[in-house]
Amino acid sequence: MPKTMYDKIWEDHIVEDCGNNVALLYIDRHLVHEVTSPQAFDGLRAKGRKIHRPDSVIAVPDHNVPTKDRHLPNPDPMSTAQLEALEANVKEFDLDYIAMDDVRQGIVHVIGPEQGFTQPGVTLVCGDSHTSTHGAFGALAFGIGTSEVEHVLATQTLQLKKSKNMRVTITGELPTGCSAKDVALAIIGEIGTGGGTGYVIEYAGPVIEALSMEGRMTLCNMSIEAGARAGLVAPDDKTFDYLQGRPYAPKGGAWEGAVAYWRNLKSDVAASFDKEIILDGNDIAPLVTWGTSPEDVIPVTANIPEAASFSDPAKQEAVHKALDYMGLKEGQAITDIPVDRVFIGSCTNSRIEDIRDAANIAKGRKVADRVIEALIVPGSGLVKEQAEAEGLDKVLIDAGFEWREPGCSMCLAMNPDRAGSGEHVASTSNRNFVGRQGPGARTHLVSPAMAAAAAIAGHFVDIRDFT
Amino acid sequence: MEKFTQLTSIATPFPRVNIDTDIIIPAKHLKSVKRTGFGEFAFETIRFDADGNRVKDNVFDSERYKGANILIAGDNFGCGSSREHAPWAIAELGFRCVIAPSFADIFAGNCVKNGILTIALPQESVDALVLAAEAGHEIHVNLEDQTVRCQNALYEFDYNPAHKEMLVSGFDEIDNTLQSKSAIQSYEAKQKLMTPWLFKA
Ligand code: SF4
Repeated sequence: MPKTMYDKIWEDHIVEDCGNNVALLYIDRHLVHEVTSPQAFDGLRAKGRKIHRPDSVIAVPDHNVPTKDRHLPNPDPMSTAQLEALEANVKEFDLDYIAMDDVRQGIVHVIGPEQGFTQPGVTLVCGDSHTSTHGAFGALAFGIGTSEVEHVLATQTLQLKKSKNMRVTITGELPTGCSAKDVALAIIGEIGTGGGTGYVIEYAGPVIEALSMEGRMTLCNMSIEAGARAGLVAPDDKTFDYLQGRPYAPKGGAWEGAVAYWRNLKSDVAASFDKEIILDGNDIAPLVTWGTSPEDVIPVTANIPEAASFSDPAKQEAVHKALDYMGLKEGQAITDIPVDRVFIGSCTNSRIEDIRDAANIAKGRKVADRVIEALIVPGSGLVKEQAEAEGLDKVLIDAGFEWREPGCSMCLAMNPDRAGSGEHVASTSNRNFVGRQGPGARTHLVSPAMAAAAAIAGHFVDIRDFT
Repeated sequence: MEKFTQLTSIATPFPRVNIDTDIIIPAKHLKSVKRTGFGEFAFETIRFDADGNRVKDNVFDSERYKGANILIAGDNFGCGSSREHAPWAIAELGFRCVIAPSFADIFAGNCVKNGILTIALPQESVDALVLAAEAGHEIHVNLEDQTVRCQNALYEFDYNPAHKEMLVSGFDEIDNTLQSKSAIQSYEAKQKLMTPWLFKA
């Protein structure tokens, strides 16, 4: 029977078939960070349990770390306690650890691929929903809760129900000015934040094939925003080129064997999917979110919709609530929204390509006076190092952006970086939820180029007319 | 884990769609290294205004729904972050069962691990239960026969059999999996031949 890539990876990891599409599934790779792991380690200790395979884990702090003045003591005692707990736990359980002052430190979903830890065909988990990012390599990667973190540490398995297969095909070619972020937002705008619930999404078609590995990561990252626990892209030569020579990638003779295995992972031509979505890439425009859910998204050229244009009464009510929170009106043009703060970073858009896109726009320009703060937060120390080698930091600093140390930063209001109440933020992160970037903060999700252009203009602008 | 078989209680109606885990428990409260203490911050932006004053008539603090162990919620409940702090917070508010048109996958999984039953019912049924909850009627949930009863209405629901077994027996999931240790080891032996590069030499 023809199989999808998801079917193949799933079947290759079944330890025990429990019937009814439920299996005890083997987990190859486990990324650990400071926020969702302390209770799991406590659980292990309380029962005197060991970690089944310490070699399957990398731990790194990211959510809580300050992005500036790292040499100073962390002013937040609770953050400090959490960071110290991680450090003590990795020592006690003897795990690979990338400390805050290590050049490899960064957002867990940036460092996994960067270290070659993320590989095609593996099952990879992390106590973070954006683990879907790693699907860009053809890894079955998904976020788990803390009890599951403990379960994987103790047993190297999870009991899971198999999801259904969905394929999202993007045909044609992306217009200039559009990036993987716009593709991700376009898909969520189309199927809604619940549209992928219960599915694993495989992304396919010429637009996906043309995306860089960075772009594929951006796209898979936002699968969870469409409700899908995981996204997948078939591994190809781009994937292998990216991985070759990275620290955790197969070496020597093992490399050839691995590539041969990886080439067989792609979905069989005749494989059938439970749901198919096809979008024309040529129709995608630079997008901006106007509400408090990633599905509240429209092209930068459009006006905020009328609540009455939605048929579902619950959605109409949600639109009113969202507009009230965002301080926006039905029918208002997106380009009329002033921008108070800009954040370019997060596991969605903090890789080298994203920084290049931002620098491209910033070059020879200045951040508008009304913008309180325009942050550029590289996803890892290695991204930062490369950007600096390319002179991008200088371009951005000259334009008035702030160049920070790697971490989750203003993606979530958990470290010192956050937006004030009522402020509009042009953000390259993945969630525009109420209060996500600080109580009362108004998040607009955009691509890095669109965020940089908004910083310069002081309001949203169509990147295609930005000259 | 506490067992779950049956539950009879009044219910709190909160049928807003797309309630994400940032609303259930904002990120700034995730810095604790413990599993407890999240209840007081649960639904913080719904229960408190910007100055920290309690919002009048919010369903979570209202006398009317005091003691409710069932939450009637909106579509796509629990979307967003995978934080298990969300079910921990909900449990501290006293909820042991959430009924909604649909749930985000990770959230529903996290609930099971904490002895909370999530029941997905069609929108019309949820709408009816919201009205019943507002009227103060008791709702009776039975996991063993997978039914919800309220006054004269009866709703049947689907539930993952593996999760049902876990909730009904209240067993420790890790202990249970460790009984499959030999299966895990023989899987690894096979895997070392097939994908040797995934194992440290
Ligand atoms: S950058 Fe944001 S979404 Fe990504 S892992 Fe950090 S907090 Fe989560």
